Amino acid sequence: MYPSENRYTRDHEWVRIEDDVCTLGITDFAQNELGEVVYVELPEIGHLFDAHDELGTIESVKAVAEVYTPVAGEVVEVNENLKDDPQAINEDPHGDGWLVKIKFSASTDFDELMSAEEYEAYAKEGK
Amino acid sequence: MSTTSPRRTPLYDRHVAAGARIVDFAGWEMPVQYRGVIDEHRAVRSAAGLFDVSHMGEIRVAGAGAADFVQRLTPNDVSKLVPGRIHYSALLDPDGTFHDDVLVYRIAADELMIVVNAANAAADFAWVSSFPHPNLAVEDASDGYALLALQGPKTTAILQPLTATELAPIKYYGFARGEVAGVPAILSRTGYTGEDGFELYLDPADAAAVWDRLLEAGAPHGLVPAGLGARDTLRLESGMALYGHEIDRTTTPWDAGLDWIVKLDAGDFVGRDALVAARTRGASRKLVGFEIEGRGIAREGHKVLVGGAEVGHVTSGTFSPTFERALGMAYVAVEHAEPGNAVEIDVRGRAVAARLRPLPFYKRAR
Repeated sequence: MYPSENRYTRDHEWVRIEDDVCTLGITDFAQNELGEVVYVELPEIGHLFDAHDELGTIESVKAVAEVYTPVAGEVVEVNENLKDDPQAINEDPHGDGWLVKIKFSASTDFDELMSAEEYEAYAKEGK
Repeated sequence: MSTTSPRRTPLYDRHVAAGARIVDFAGWEMPVQYRGVIDEHRAVRSAAGLFDVSHMGEIRVAGAGAADFVQRLTPNDVSKLVPGRIHYSALLDPDGTFHDDVLVYRIAADELMIVVNAANAAADFAWVSSFPHPNLAVEDASDGYALLALQGPKTTAILQPLTATELAPIKYYGFARGEVAGVPAILSRTGYTGEDGFELYLDPADAAAVWDRLLEAGAPHGLVPAGLGARDTLRLESGMALYGHEIDRTTTPWDAGLDWIVKLDAGDFVGRDALVAARTRGASRKLVGFEIEGRGIAREGHKVLVGGAEVGHVTSGTFSPTFERALGMAYVAVEHAEPGNAVEIDVRGRAVAARLRPLPFYKRAR
């Protein structure tokens, strides 16, 4: 369910690290809690974030969820497909439903984040 | 009701078995969705949906003078309500604001049933019984009914084979007593979706069996179980008020555009003087529809802006599955409340373009 190469936050985001860029999305648990996503508000390319900043919002029919970035850095890519197909977040939250790619600062400590196994246990408790 | 633990309808196990997401609603554990709000919404518009609304409350008023008693408590004209008919009405405070919005059923000349919202059921019963009723039975009948709402254009095609009661002669806002799937029921041509449909009042002990039979018989017609999520998006598209949002203890029927439930000639009723005075003063605000033209979804509580100044607030906002855009309702100062007006809505700090629209957004073809 939760890809082991990813790291996970307590706010139900995942990040996948490739060199100095990480891809960020929300977890399967989060999309399931939210329901059908109908609108996604994402930052512009080039936007700079501190760790724990609000990165954007995801709205379902009934609810709105803020997305936070666990890492500081610069947005280098945004998933433009979500404008036309926001439900990709429901269908493939850890794949096609990714949100942004961030070039993270050198001081980022990913060990603060949970492993897939730790996150799965954490999400189970949240049920 | 002093119970703090959540209550369950007789269909709770059915909802869980069907994979519903259960939420607390007015102290009840209710299904908010099964497969998904959008699919359920579209099923109701194109085929049919089955809702468990057993959390609704029922107050029975019976005895000589029952109609006069209900007339005194509600603004619509009970004298025009003949046995077998229903009307939309309200329980108003003396100040003209809503304790609740209700359906009133004329069961017989001297027997009426008031159907109330779950969130207000206990308070409504206390309110109604607080008025003197020496020769009347005034009972909280809520525990005696489960309530299923079968809604959508395929309703009669699904329901007719399961009942000997002829459905065609039952007009909108009419009801009949009969049997459904072999058990006693009140078949009420009412609903909260903007579609044709029936609400079925059942003995709670029979509810699960009827639920199963309806879903089985309805499946070939596209019937699906539908939750409170779809109920909310359906009623919003249809411009129907929801207690706690469009109407509450701060709003009058005039504010909410519910003038048609107030019959000032029907005799005295609680709140009448306040409503007459408010009418003389003139309305300061109006309930309007709006459509988001920019990006985002306006939600309850967001401010409506004109030229950067606040002129109102959103009472309900959602993504509309029918129109595939963000819609909502808002109270707006009368001088700005003209349909067609451009406004902005403050969506979490972002001013988003919106346009006022007449209500309802959706009206079914008849």
